[in-house]
Amino acid sequence: MKKVKKNIKEKFRDYLKLFWSFFKIGLFTFGGGYAMISFIEKETVEKNKWLTSDEMMDIIAIAESTPGPISVNAATFVGAKTAGFWGAFFATFGLVLPAFAVICILSLFIFSFNDNKYVNFFFRGLRAGVSVLLLNAVVSFFKNMKKSYMTVAILILTLIASFVFEVEAIYVLLYFIVLSLIYTFVSRAYVDIRRRKK
Amino acid sequence: MIYLQLFWEFFKIGLFTFGGGYAMIPMINQAVQSNGWLDLESVYNMIAVSEATPGPFAINIATYVGIETAGFLGAVVATSGVVLPSFFIILAVYYIFRNINNNIFFKNAMTAVKPVVVGLITLAAVNILLNNIFNIEKVSDFVNIQSVDWVGIFMVVWLFIVTRFKKINPILLIVFSAFLGLGLYSLTDYLGVFTV
Repeated sequence: MKKVKKNIKEKFRDYLKLFWSFFKIGLFTFGGGYAMISFIEKETVEKNKWLTSDEMMDIIAIAESTPGPISVNAATFVGAKTAGFWGAFFATFGLVLPAFAVICILSLFIFSFNDNKYVNFFFRGLRAGVSVLLLNAVVSFFKNMKKSYMTVAILILTLIASFVFEVEAIYVLLYFIVLSLIYTFVSRAYVDIRRRKK
Repeated sequence: MIYLQLFWEFFKIGLFTFGGGYAMIPMINQAVQSNGWLDLESVYNMIAVSEATPGPFAINIATYVGIETAGFLGAVVATSGVVLPSFFIILAVYYIFRNINNNIFFKNAMTAVKPVVVGLITLAAVNILLNNIFNIEKVSDFVNIQSVDWVGIFMVVWLFIVTRFKKINPILLIVFSAFLGLGLYSLTDYLGVFTV
Protein backbone atom coordinates (compact mmCIF):
# COMPACT_ATOMS: atom_id res chain seq x y z
CA MET A 1 0.00 0.00 0.00
CA LYS A 2 2.82 2.34 0.92
CA LYS A 3 4.68 1.51 -2.25
CA VAL A 4 1.74 2.45 -4.46
CA LYS A 5 1.47 5.84 -2.80
CA LYS A 6 5.12 6.56 -3.41
CA ASN A 7 4.64 5.62 -7.04
CA ILE A 8 1.88 8.12 -7.44
CA LYS A 9 4.08 10.78 -5.90
CA GLU A 10 6.91 9.91 -8.26
CA LYS A 11 4.59 9.91 -11.21
CA PHE A 12 3.36 13.31 -10.23
CA ARG A 13 6.89 14.60 -10.03
CA ASP A 14 7.48 13.33 -13.56
CA TYR A 15 4.38 15.11 -14.82
CA LEU A 16 5.45 18.31 -13.16
CA LYS A 17 8.94 18.08 -14.59
CA LEU A 18 7.60 17.45 -18.08
CA PHE A 19 5.15 20.29 -17.76
CA TRP A 20 7.82 22.71 -16.57
CA SER A 21 10.38 21.75 -19.24
CA PHE A 22 7.92 22.16 -22.07
CA PHE A 23 6.50 25.31 -20.55
CA LYS A 24 9.98 26.82 -20.77
CA ILE A 25 10.33 25.58 -24.34
CA GLY A 26 7.02 27.15 -25.25
CA LEU A 27 7.92 30.40 -23.54
CA PHE A 28 11.35 30.97 -24.99
CA THR A 29 11.01 29.95 -28.61
CA PHE A 30 9.60 32.36 -31.10
CA GLY A 31 7.98 31.59 -34.41
CA GLY A 32 7.86 27.88 -33.64
CA GLY A 33 9.16 25.03 -35.77
CA TYR A 34 12.84 24.41 -36.14
CA ALA A 35 13.98 27.02 -33.67
CA MET A 36 12.35 24.86 -31.03
CA ILE A 37 14.09 21.65 -31.94
CA SER A 38 17.50 22.60 -30.58
CA PHE A 39 15.88 23.79 -27.38
CA ILE A 40 13.84 20.60 -27.06
CA GLU A 41 16.99 18.58 -27.61
CA LYS A 42 18.79 20.49 -24.85
CA GLU A 43 15.99 20.00 -22.35
CA THR A 44 15.13 16.38 -23.09
CA VAL A 45 18.43 14.82 -24.15
CA GLU A 46 21.13 16.78 -22.33
CA LYS A 47 19.44 18.00 -19.20
CA ASN A 48 16.80 15.46 -18.23
CA LYS A 49 18.10 12.46 -20.18
CA TRP A 50 14.59 11.42 -21.16
CA LEU A 51 15.81 10.49 -24.61
CA THR A 52 18.99 9.50 -26.43
CA SER A 53 20.00 11.69 -29.35
CA ASP A 54 19.13 8.83 -31.72
CA GLU A 55 15.58 8.80 -30.38
CA MET A 56 15.48 12.55 -30.80
CA MET A 57 16.28 12.12 -34.50
CA ASP A 58 13.46 9.58 -34.81
CA ILE A 59 11.07 12.00 -33.17
CA ILE A 60 12.00 14.79 -35.57
CA ALA A 61 11.43 12.47 -38.52
CA ILE A 62 8.04 11.40 -37.16
CA ALA A 63 7.07 14.96 -36.28
CA GLU A 64 7.96 16.18 -39.75
CA SER A 65 5.85 13.58 -41.45
CA THR A 66 2.75 13.78 -39.26
CA PRO A 67 0.35 16.71 -39.26
CA GLY A 68 0.45 19.46 -36.69
CA PRO A 69 3.09 21.77 -35.30
CA ILE A 70 6.44 20.02 -34.94
CA SER A 71 6.89 21.17 -31.36
CA VAL A 72 3.50 19.80 -30.33
CA ASN A 73 4.36 16.47 -31.92
CA ALA A 74 7.68 16.36 -30.13
CA ALA A 75 6.13 17.28 -26.77
CA THR A 76 3.47 14.58 -27.08
CA PHE A 77 5.99 11.95 -28.08
CA VAL A 78 8.51 12.76 -25.34
CA GLY A 79 5.73 12.92 -22.75
CA ALA A 80 4.28 9.56 -23.82
CA LYS A 81 7.67 7.94 -23.78
CA THR A 82 8.67 9.21 -20.33
CA ALA A 83 5.37 8.96 -18.48
CA GLY A 84 2.59 7.52 -20.62
CA PHE A 85 -0.65 9.22 -21.61
CA TRP A 86 -0.70 11.78 -18.80
CA GLY A 87 2.94 12.55 -19.44
CA ALA A 88 2.01 13.35 -23.03
CA PHE A 89 -0.89 15.45 -21.80
CA PHE A 90 1.15 17.54 -19.37
CA ALA A 91 4.07 18.04 -21.76
CA THR A 92 1.74 19.24 -24.52
CA PHE A 93 -0.25 21.39 -22.13
CA GLY A 94 2.96 23.01 -20.88
CA LEU A 95 4.11 23.73 -24.41
CA VAL A 96 0.83 25.26 -25.51
CA LEU A 97 0.13 27.35 -22.41
CA PRO A 98 2.62 30.25 -22.91
CA ALA A 99 1.57 30.86 -26.53
CA PHE A 100 -2.07 30.75 -25.51
CA ALA A 101 -1.64 33.06 -22.52
CA VAL A 102 0.47 35.62 -24.37
CA ILE A 103 -2.09 36.01 -27.15
CA CYS A 104 -4.96 36.24 -24.67
CA ILE A 105 -3.18 39.02 -22.80
CA LEU A 106 -2.14 40.82 -25.99
CA SER A 107 -5.65 40.70 -27.38
CA LEU A 108 -6.83 42.78 -24.43
CA PHE A 109 -5.16 45.88 -25.80
CA ILE A 110 -3.02 45.54 -28.92
CA PHE A 111 -5.66 44.72 -31.49
CA SER A 112 -8.19 47.34 -30.53
CA PHE A 113 -6.52 50.55 -31.64
CA ASN A 114 -6.26 49.57 -35.28
CA ASP A 115 -8.00 52.77 -36.41
CA ASN A 116 -5.03 54.93 -35.58
CA LYS A 117 -3.14 56.00 -38.74
CA TYR A 118 0.31 55.34 -37.34
CA VAL A 119 -0.61 51.96 -35.87
CA ASN A 120 -1.83 51.13 -39.33
CA PHE A 121 1.54 52.16 -40.84
CA PHE A 122 3.29 50.03 -38.25
CA PHE A 123 1.21 46.98 -39.16
CA ARG A 124 1.74 47.54 -42.86
CA GLY A 125 5.46 47.44 -42.23
CA LEU A 126 4.97 44.24 -40.23
CA ARG A 127 3.08 42.63 -43.08
CA ALA A 128 5.87 43.48 -45.51
CA GLY A 129 8.26 41.71 -43.15
CA VAL A 130 6.01 38.67 -43.01
CA SER A 131 5.77 38.45 -46.79
CA VAL A 132 9.57 38.43 -46.93
CA LEU A 133 9.69 35.61 -44.36
CA LEU A 134 7.18 33.65 -46.40
CA LEU A 135 9.07 34.23 -49.65
CA ASN A 136 12.21 32.95 -47.96
CA ALA A 137 10.28 29.93 -46.71
CA VAL A 138 9.14 29.21 -50.28
CA VAL A 139 12.73 29.34 -51.51
CA SER A 140 14.11 27.08 -48.80
CA PHE A 141 11.22 24.59 -48.98
CA PHE A 142 11.69 24.36 -52.73
CA LYS A 143 15.44 23.84 -52.34
CA ASN A 144 14.92 21.07 -49.76
CA MET A 145 12.26 19.30 -51.82
CA LYS A 146 13.40 16.07 -53.46
CA LYS A 147 13.07 16.79 -57.15
CA SER A 148 11.77 14.13 -59.48
CA TYR A 149 9.25 14.26 -62.35
CA MET A 150 6.63 13.11 -59.90
CA THR A 151 7.21 15.73 -57.20
CA VAL A 152 7.58 18.61 -59.66
CA ALA A 153 4.36 17.51 -61.39
CA ILE A 154 2.57 17.45 -58.04
CA LEU A 155 3.89 20.91 -57.22
CA ILE A 156 2.73 22.33 -60.57
CA LEU A 157 -0.69 20.69 -60.22
CA THR A 158 -1.02 22.11 -56.71
CA LEU A 159 -0.17 25.59 -57.96
CA ILE A 160 -2.69 25.35 -60.81
CA ALA A 161 -5.40 23.96 -58.53
CA SER A 162 -4.96 26.67 -55.92
CA PHE A 163 -4.25 29.69 -58.13
CA VAL A 164 -6.38 29.04 -61.20
CA PHE A 165 -9.22 26.93 -59.84
CA GLU A 166 -9.02 28.20 -56.26
CA VAL A 167 -9.44 24.73 -54.81
CA GLU A 168 -9.35 24.66 -51.02
CA ALA A 169 -6.00 23.63 -49.56
CA ILE A 170 -7.50 20.71 -47.65
CA TYR A 171 -8.92 19.12 -50.78
CA VAL A 172 -5.62 19.42 -52.62
CA LEU A 173 -3.86 17.63 -49.76
CA LEU A 174 -6.54 14.97 -49.44
CA TYR A 175 -6.58 14.35 -53.17
CA PHE A 176 -2.85 13.70 -53.38
CA ILE A 177 -2.82 11.55 -50.23
CA VAL A 178 -5.60 9.35 -51.61
CA LEU A 179 -3.91 9.23 -55.01
CA SER A 180 -0.61 8.14 -53.48
CA LEU A 181 -2.34 5.41 -51.47
CA ILE A 182 -4.03 4.11 -54.61
CA TYR A 183 -0.75 4.27 -56.47
CA THR A 184 1.05 2.30 -53.76
CA PHE A 185 -1.72 -0.29 -53.61
CA VAL A 186 -1.85 -0.79 -57.38
CA SER A 187 1.90 -0.91 -57.84
CA ARG A 188 2.26 -3.51 -55.09
CA ALA A 189 -0.55 -5.60 -56.56
CA TYR A 190 1.08 -5.36 -59.98
CA VAL A 191 4.43 -6.58 -58.64
CA ASP A 192 2.62 -9.44 -56.88
CA ILE A 193 0.81 -10.56 -60.03
CA ARG A 194 3.97 -10.51 -62.10
CA ARG A 195 5.77 -12.54 -59.51
CA ARG A 196 3.00 -15.13 -59.46
CA LYS A 197 2.98 -15.49 -63.26
CA LYS A 198 6.65 -16.36 -63.23
CA MET B 1 -23.01 26.96 -32.35
CA ILE B 2 -19.91 29.10 -32.67
CA TYR B 3 -17.74 27.01 -30.32
CA LEU B 4 -18.42 23.83 -32.21
CA GLN B 5 -17.67 25.56 -35.49
CA LEU B 6 -14.39 26.98 -34.19
CA PHE B 7 -13.38 23.60 -32.83
CA TRP B 8 -14.20 21.80 -36.06
CA GLU B 9 -12.46 24.32 -38.36
CA PHE B 10 -9.30 24.26 -36.27
CA PHE B 11 -9.43 20.50 -35.89
CA LYS B 12 -9.37 20.22 -39.67
CA ILE B 13 -6.51 22.71 -39.85
CA GLY B 14 -4.54 20.77 -37.22
CA LEU B 15 -5.19 17.53 -39.05
CA PHE B 16 -3.94 18.76 -42.40
CA THR B 17 -1.00 20.94 -41.49
CA PHE B 18 2.10 19.17 -42.67
CA GLY B 19 5.52 20.76 -42.50
CA GLY B 20 4.93 23.52 -39.99
CA GLY B 21 2.83 26.59 -39.58
CA TYR B 22 3.14 28.46 -42.86
CA ALA B 23 1.33 25.79 -44.82
CA MET B 24 -1.76 26.36 -42.69
CA ILE B 25 -2.19 30.00 -43.72
CA PRO B 26 -4.35 29.25 -46.80
CA MET B 27 -6.56 27.01 -44.66
CA ILE B 28 -6.95 29.64 -41.98
CA ASN B 29 -7.85 32.26 -44.57
CA GLN B 30 -10.42 29.89 -46.00
CA ALA B 31 -11.95 29.12 -42.60
CA VAL B 32 -12.01 32.73 -41.50
CA GLN B 33 -13.49 34.02 -44.75
CA SER B 34 -16.15 31.41 -45.34
CA ASN B 35 -17.43 31.83 -41.79
CA GLY B 36 -17.14 35.62 -41.88
CA TRP B 37 -15.09 35.65 -38.67
CA LEU B 38 -12.34 38.14 -39.47
CA ASP B 39 -10.96 40.09 -42.41
CA LEU B 40 -7.78 38.88 -44.06
CA GLU B 41 -5.83 41.93 -42.99
CA SER B 42 -6.20 41.07 -39.30
CA VAL B 43 -5.11 37.52 -40.01
CA TYR B 44 -1.99 38.80 -41.75
CA ASN B 45 -1.32 41.21 -38.90
CA MET B 46 -1.64 38.31 -36.52
CA ILE B 47 0.80 36.20 -38.51
CA ALA B 48 3.32 38.99 -38.03
CA VAL B 49 2.56 39.24 -34.32
CA SER B 50 2.91 35.44 -33.98
CA GLU B 51 6.44 35.61 -35.32
CA ALA B 52 7.35 37.91 -32.47
CA THR B 53 5.47 36.16 -29.66
CA PRO B 54 6.56 32.95 -27.95
CA GLY B 55 5.23 29.54 -28.84
CA PRO B 56 4.21 27.64 -31.95
CA PHE B 57 2.69 29.76 -34.66
CA ALA B 58 -0.36 27.49 -35.01
CA ILE B 59 -1.27 27.96 -31.35
CA ASN B 60 -0.91 31.74 -31.53
CA ILE B 61 -3.18 31.97 -34.56
CA ALA B 62 -5.80 29.60 -33.19
CA THR B 63 -5.91 31.48 -29.89
CA TYR B 64 -6.20 34.79 -31.69
CA VAL B 65 -9.00 33.76 -34.05
CA GLY B 66 -10.82 32.08 -31.17
CA ILE B 67 -10.63 35.05 -28.84
CA GLU B 68 -11.59 37.58 -31.51
CA THR B 69 -14.55 35.49 -32.62
CA ALA B 70 -15.95 34.15 -29.37
CA GLY B 71 -13.92 35.40 -26.41
CA PHE B 72 -11.85 33.37 -24.00
CA LEU B 73 -13.84 30.17 -24.38
CA GLY B 74 -13.52 30.50 -28.13
CA ALA B 75 -9.76 30.67 -27.71
CA VAL B 76 -9.76 27.52 -25.57
CA VAL B 77 -11.89 25.66 -28.08
CA ALA B 78 -9.93 26.74 -31.17
CA THR B 79 -6.58 25.95 -29.54
CA SER B 80 -7.71 22.51 -28.39
CA GLY B 81 -9.02 21.91 -31.88
CA VAL B 82 -5.68 22.64 -33.50
CA VAL B 83 -3.67 20.61 -30.94
CA LEU B 84 -5.82 17.49 -30.55
CA PRO B 85 -5.23 15.90 -33.99
CA SER B 86 -1.44 15.90 -33.61
CA PHE B 87 -1.75 14.83 -29.98
CA PHE B 88 -3.75 11.74 -30.84
CA ILE B 89 -1.84 10.95 -34.01
CA ILE B 90 1.45 10.99 -32.12
CA LEU B 91 -0.01 8.82 -29.36
CA ALA B 92 -1.22 6.40 -32.02
CA VAL B 93 2.20 6.39 -33.67
CA TYR B 94 3.84 5.80 -30.30
CA TYR B 95 1.57 2.99 -29.10
CA ILE B 96 0.49 1.32 -32.34
CA PHE B 97 2.78 1.80 -35.29
CA ARG B 98 6.21 2.38 -33.92
CA ASN B 99 7.81 1.75 -37.28
CA ILE B 100 5.57 4.01 -39.28
CA ASN B 101 8.55 5.49 -41.09
CA ASN B 102 9.21 2.11 -42.73
CA ASN B 103 5.65 1.67 -43.94
CA ILE B 104 5.52 1.95 -47.74
CA PHE B 105 2.01 3.46 -47.83
CA PHE B 106 3.01 6.09 -45.33
CA LYS B 107 6.30 6.80 -47.09
CA ASN B 108 4.65 7.31 -50.48
CA ALA B 109 1.94 9.50 -49.00
CA MET B 110 4.61 11.71 -47.45
CA THR B 111 6.50 11.96 -50.73
CA ALA B 112 3.28 13.19 -52.31
CA VAL B 113 2.47 15.61 -49.51
CA LYS B 114 5.80 17.46 -49.53
CA PRO B 115 5.45 19.17 -52.92
CA VAL B 116 1.83 20.05 -52.07
CA VAL B 117 3.13 21.83 -48.98
CA VAL B 118 5.60 23.80 -51.10
CA GLY B 119 2.70 24.81 -53.33
CA LEU B 120 0.55 25.84 -50.38
CA ILE B 121 3.29 27.99 -48.90
CA THR B 122 3.73 29.65 -52.29
CA LEU B 123 -0.01 30.35 -52.28
CA ALA B 124 0.26 31.90 -48.82
CA ALA B 125 3.21 34.08 -49.86
CA VAL B 126 1.54 35.29 -53.05
CA ASN B 127 -1.75 36.02 -51.31
CA ILE B 128 -0.14 38.04 -48.56
CA LEU B 129 1.83 40.02 -51.17
CA LEU B 130 -1.30 40.72 -53.21
CA ASN B 131 -3.08 41.88 -50.09
CA ASN B 132 -0.20 44.13 -49.07
CA ILE B 133 0.64 45.70 -52.37
CA PHE B 134 -2.53 45.74 -54.43
CA ASN B 135 -5.07 45.49 -51.64
CA ILE B 136 -6.79 42.48 -53.26
CA GLU B 137 -7.39 39.03 -51.87
CA LYS B 138 -6.64 36.57 -54.63
CA VAL B 139 -5.14 36.35 -58.10
CA SER B 140 -8.51 36.48 -59.83
CA ASP B 141 -9.15 39.91 -58.29
CA PHE B 142 -6.34 41.29 -60.43
CA VAL B 143 -8.78 42.84 -62.89
CA ASN B 144 -9.99 45.41 -60.39
CA ILE B 145 -6.88 46.75 -58.77
CA GLN B 146 -7.53 50.08 -57.09
CA SER B 147 -4.16 51.05 -55.73
CA VAL B 148 -0.51 50.10 -55.82
CA ASP B 149 1.59 50.41 -52.69
CA TRP B 150 5.01 51.50 -53.92
CA VAL B 151 6.47 51.74 -50.44
CA GLY B 152 5.39 48.15 -49.80
CA ILE B 153 6.97 46.97 -53.06
CA PHE B 154 10.19 48.74 -52.18
CA MET B 155 10.29 47.20 -48.70
CA VAL B 156 9.54 43.66 -49.84
CA VAL B 157 12.05 43.71 -52.71
CA TRP B 158 14.79 45.30 -50.62
CA LEU B 159 14.32 43.08 -47.56
CA PHE B 160 14.03 39.97 -49.72
CA ILE B 161 17.34 40.72 -51.43
CA VAL B 162 19.02 41.48 -48.11
CA THR B 163 17.77 38.26 -46.51
CA ARG B 164 18.90 36.25 -49.51
CA PHE B 165 22.48 37.30 -48.83
CA LYS B 166 22.44 37.46 -45.08
CA LYS B 167 20.60 35.32 -42.56
CA ILE B 168 18.59 37.59 -40.31
CA ASN B 169 16.73 36.50 -37.20
CA PRO B 170 13.00 36.49 -38.06
CA ILE B 171 12.03 38.46 -34.95
CA LEU B 172 14.60 41.12 -35.78
CA LEU B 173 13.35 41.27 -39.36
CA ILE B 174 9.75 41.67 -38.26
CA VAL B 175 10.51 44.38 -35.73
CA PHE B 176 12.77 46.21 -38.18
CA SER B 177 10.22 46.10 -40.99
CA ALA B 178 7.49 47.34 -38.64
CA PHE B 179 9.48 50.45 -37.71
CA LEU B 180 10.71 50.91 -41.27
CA GLY B 181 7.07 50.82 -42.38
CA LEU B 182 6.08 53.28 -39.70
CA GLY B 183 8.86 55.65 -40.82
CA LEU B 184 8.41 55.32 -44.58
CA TYR B 185 4.61 55.44 -44.61
CA SER B 186 4.57 58.40 -42.26
CA LEU B 187 7.08 60.18 -44.46
CA THR B 188 5.21 59.55 -47.71
CA ASP B 189 1.99 60.47 -45.98
CA TYR B 190 3.52 63.74 -44.77
CA LEU B 191 4.99 64.58 -48.16
CA GLY B 192 1.81 63.54 -49.89
CA VAL B 193 3.61 61.33 -52.42
CA PHE B 194 2.70 57.75 -53.36
CA THR B 195 -0.56 58.30 -51.57
CA VAL B 196 -2.30 55.06 -50.74
